Amino acid sequence: MKILTAPRMDRCIGCHSCSLACARLVHHRLSWDTAGIRIHSSGGLTTGFIAVHCLACAPPPCAEACPTGALVPRKGGGVVVKKKLCNHCGLCAAACPVEAIFIDQEGEPFVCLHCGLCVPSCPHDCLELAEVSSLRLPSPSNSTEPVS
Amino acid sequence: MNRDHFNVLIFDLTTGKGEYAQVDGRDQVAGGSGLAALLFTRYGQPNAPWDFPGQPLIFAIGPLTGYFPLMSKTICSFKSPYHNQYTESHGGGRSAMALRLTGLDALVLIGRSPTPCFFEVSSTHFQARDGGFLWGQDVFETGKLLRRMSKGSGHRSILRIGSAGENGAAIAGINVDTLRHFGRLGGGAAMGVKNLKAIIIHGDAILPLPNGNHYAKLFSKVHSQVTASGMMKKYHDLGTPANLKTLNDIQSLPWRNLQATADEAVDCISGERFADEALLRNSACSGCPVGCIHVGFVREKFMDSHRYLYRQVAYDYETIFSLGTMLGVTDRSAVLTILDLFEKAGMDAMSAGVALAWATEATEKGFISAQETLVPLTFGDSAGYRQAAVSFGAGANTFYRLLGQGTLKAAEVYGGKDFACVLGQEMAGYATGEVFFAAQALGFRHSHLDSGAYSYDQQHADKDVNAAVEFLLRDEASRVFMTSMVACLFARNVYTDALLSECLQSLGYDKLADTIPECGRDIQKMRWQTRVATGFQPDSITIPKRFREITTWKGPIDPQYLQSLQTDYGQAILAMAGA
Repeated sequence: MKILTAPRMDRCIGCHSCSLACARLVHHRLSWDTAGIRIHSSGGLTTGFIAVHCLACAPPPCAEACPTGALVPRKGGGVVVKKKLCNHCGLCAAACPVEAIFIDQEGEPFVCLHCGLCVPSCPHDCLELAEVSSLRLPSPSNSTEPVS
Repeated sequence: MNRDHFNVLIFDLTTGKGEYAQVDGRDQVAGGSGLAALLFTRYGQPNAPWDFPGQPLIFAIGPLTGYFPLMSKTICSFKSPYHNQYTESHGGGRSAMALRLTGLDALVLIGRSPTPCFFEVSSTHFQARDGGFLWGQDVFETGKLLRRMSKGSGHRSILRIGSAGENGAAIAGINVDTLRHFGRLGGGAAMGVKNLKAIIIHGDAILPLPNGNHYAKLFSKVHSQVTASGMMKKYHDLGTPANLKTLNDIQSLPWRNLQATADEAVDCISGERFADEALLRNSACSGCPVGCIHVGFVREKFMDSHRYLYRQVAYDYETIFSLGTMLGVTDRSAVLTILDLFEKAGMDAMSAGVALAWATEATEKGFISAQETLVPLTFGDSAGYRQAAVSFGAGANTFYRLLGQGTLKAAEVYGGKDFACVLGQEMAGYATGEVFFAAQALGFRHSHLDSGAYSYDQQHADKDVNAAVEFLLRDEASRVFMTSMVACLFARNVYTDALLSECLQSLGYDKLADTIPECGRDIQKMRWQTRVATGFQPDSITIPKRFREITTWKGPIDPQYLQSLQTDYGQAILAMAGA
């Protein structure tokens, strides 16, 4: 199972092509916000850009917070969104630790579906759809390494 | 998308009140340059001076803005403090996408705030806020303060001025998102005179896209062309600084106030040397995958014990020309350091460099001295130019304040008009020949991007006045349609009329799609009519002697050919405008 990753954000030029592609191709809108990946200036001690997107938590706290079952845990991490079940309460966004869910003015949530449609739009190859098994460490119970 | 009218916000800084207006004319003026001229006709006062409070400061985008790659520029129009006539300045950054995502086609700011302020606009709100604490802050500090005060990192555009704009310098620019500008002809002063320090545009709208998959497929086609075909490589590889060596090789690169057109020292500040040794990273305007913005770095030792600071400075061909070759400065770090000082002050670095080049030659010839310039100016002395940049940016004395009104204004008082490198405004870096000199001197924006004159010079050794003038008018009409969309002109080879037509059709602008050449000519005419109404007289524009003293690849400049071009092009503009 693959998830969206942004392993080379130090190459980002801030063109927004990824978020605009998500808004255009997945959500059929022109917007900086209604996208599963959103680009912000990083500021702080380093300069450059950060990509805000779903990090594919497993289990996902947004799904746990959802009172209507509109956000369902996805195999490999993250969620599948069932729009018809959403009551626009916004609890999912509040539960996300990395502010990856955008809520529009009607209360509709927008979160990365890990579909990868944004990946080819990046001119600098910042993004990658990666096998989750190649990214995640084994769970502590399976680890044979001592914890130091 | 697919609107036959324009959504415009008119905000009165005097009263602090604004109103939305629906303005007709989509099929006639398209947007961008055309819309800006239409709005000036409606809200501007042609006969009142540039600093009359009622004069509008206009920001306009086009029907394709945000919907296709490289449709990423905003048109800023105003009555210029430089020549007291209507003009445009073009800027990118996030300004165009942010304005699109307010749901507006244009923002018109009129009036003068009683006290310093900044203006915020989003898709649902607008307000002027107290900005007294920002007045006197430099461009970078203003940006930092406003970023702390307003939410929306990455999804907003912050336009602001520095001391040059506050002081009314006619070469003050408007900084856009740190790395871009509405640079030329004094937009910064047009803002400053309104007591307007900054504008924050929040792009928080969510706009619909056309049904079906045609639009998405067309977008993908254009995106592929601009990223995969190599058509745009020259802009993101070395970028425009590649021109330094190219122009030097054909004796068309201005050196030391245009006393020469080539110099072996170009190897020290060529595009290759900048890219190899000073380039830190690239950046992009929102909605443009090309990433042509070249950000250089300067490391500066400010204390013993290896204490360093570093600066990030966006450079282009034009600023390396104006602050490098024109000043005889061939040290890359020095060029970037001087550029950074003008950025801080919010002064157009092209005009400022050319003005300092004149001041240096005027010093050499004894017209002025360190009494005026506060520090001795010598070609190649970067330390002197660093100090001069601080004084110039701040308007530290009468001389620098006058120089900030334009080189010719200073030359009228101190002498030295013959070697003032002014073509309508301080020259752009193309000493390619007679056609470019006439074109910039009379061009609508006095910009090298008004038409492809510099390219025409390089391809034509003949002296056919009629052919050259016909080319200038035809090329301008084509470009003005592009700047009404509003496209980055770097994309002019990608967006053919056929592709523009396809893009417009995909968004439902069928009439515009079918009338591109006619519409371009109509906008060209209307834009010039607006300019003429504010006082444009081609006969009043002089081309200083220096431009007739040089030698290019074609040999010595032919004064008679230049004069004929100037006369005929001026008459052709007036005839086209029906004046």
